[in-house]
Amino acid sequence: MPVGTAKVVGALLRKELLLELRTLESIPGMSLFAISTFVVFHFALNQTSVSGQEAAGILWVTLLFAAMLGVNRLFVADAEQGGFDGFLLAPVDRSALLLAKALALLGYLLVFELFAVPAFGLLLLGPSLAQALPGLLAVLALADVGVALIGTLVAALAVQTRARDLLGPLLALPLLIPIVIGAARASSPLLALTAAGGPSARWLVLLALYDLVFGLIAYAVFDFLLED
Amino acid sequence: MPALPLHEAGKYVAAAYIVVFALVLIYVTIMAIRLSRIERQLSDLLEQSVEPSPEPLEDLGAQESTLV
Amino acid sequence: MYGKHLRALSICTAVTFAVALGLVFFYAPIEADQGFVQKIFYVHVPLAIVSLCGFVLGGVLAIVHLRTRDSRWDLRAYVAIHMSLILGVGVLLTGSIWAKASWGHWWVWDEPTLVSFLIVFLLYATYQPLRFSIEDPERQARYASVFAITAGAFVPLNFAAVRMSTGYVHPRVLGDTSNLPGPMALTFVVALGAVALLYATLCTYEMTAKHTRFQLRALRRARSGELSRAGRFGF
Repeated sequence: MPVGTAKVVGALLRKELLLELRTLESIPGMSLFAISTFVVFHFALNQTSVSGQEAAGILWVTLLFAAMLGVNRLFVADAEQGGFDGFLLAPVDRSALLLAKALALLGYLLVFELFAVPAFGLLLLGPSLAQALPGLLAVLALADVGVALIGTLVAALAVQTRARDLLGPLLALPLLIPIVIGAARASSPLLALTAAGGPSARWLVLLALYDLVFGLIAYAVFDFLLED
Repeated sequence: MPALPLHEAGKYVAAAYIVVFALVLIYVTIMAIRLSRIERQLSDLLEQSVEPSPEPLEDLGAQESTLV
Repeated sequence: MYGKHLRALSICTAVTFAVALGLVFFYAPIEADQGFVQKIFYVHVPLAIVSLCGFVLGGVLAIVHLRTRDSRWDLRAYVAIHMSLILGVGVLLTGSIWAKASWGHWWVWDEPTLVSFLIVFLLYATYQPLRFSIEDPERQARYASVFAITAGAFVPLNFAAVRMSTGYVHPRVLGDTSNLPGPMALTFVVALGAVALLYATLCTYEMTAKHTRFQLRALRRARSGELSRAGRFGF
């Protein structure tokens, strides 16, 4: 008898977060990677501080590439240690796994940004982070939902292939370009030297619409990845 | 930008059309290599199937002549 | 049998292509702004339209595959995407040549159609690596279909997003056929038909070749099975 989906998602999410808490594989790695990338950017650009569109670009490139590390690890334990088989044996809705994994990835992203964004403000950003923060939080939240959805779908596609570490980012980056467009454009006025008000509504709408459409696509196709 | 004079523009237009032609040509070449491999495998198969009993050889020859 | 219409299709394609080329170079007038360079339009834009439609078609065929679980639909989706990728190389090269001829640079970022096409092309370039790094044939077909559906839906989304990010900078000849004068529109439509027929012919050709290879492999397998059976029973 099928169990309620919400309960299944809750159980799967608990398992994911417990696993991450015990092994600490994703979040510390992503945070360290982001901070190292900021240092690399400092030397590569030979600049002590950045602002505006440049700052938005550096922030989003770093966040996305760090997110790729989390995406690549997302299903590895399930594929290698029989997590998929266990899940498929249970009489539950397959979409629960998509939702649980996307929520887990969203959680990783939010926690890791708790370290990465202040580090960016400290190390590279010229204008103060405090004035940008309210608007930036909205952009981060919308973009993270999209990254989590696309990341989960791509991770599930790539995990069964021989070259999963390579294919994950190769598949994800083109799919993430609309998110980069929306997020970088929305956050560039927030990070400008002379604060130019909140993020423009059209980019937030773009992000929200893309999240919605990709949520539906992922929901429609995810079940087919889980049949064996 | 002002329009390029004809002798300048001609080179680019020619290049664009030649690129497309070359692409199709490369595709056809790859398919030709594959076709020759198929042909070789088929003739191997034919030899194998003809060896044990010599009777069907005449039939095949007759079929071939009607195909041409 | 996939090769049934191959001869008729090939003849149609050759004739339409010849007519299209004749119209492009001897009938369509020289455009006032861009001059002779605008002739690239008649090959670049039809290639782009057909290739994008092919990508979306691949997604639709993949939906049918997942619904029916018939591997022939997967083969069709694969061939549709494969051919679109080949035409896609042509789109990028002709687009780049056109950009150089009319704006002086080999690549322009403020032409949203070309930029979106590059992104779509980069995504689809991972289709074959993804496909062929999965060993189990059933799973390979299933995963490739999931990719084809996702990417097919991504095509229009990506175009909308990229167009939003760039203003309308250049006077647009690309993609906008409503304001073309009569002879140019006629030439364009014939060229579009020629490229569409070329796509259909190449798809049929590829499908016939693939099917022949499958049949040959099956024949060899049956043959070697026969031989080994014969050996086992001491013939």
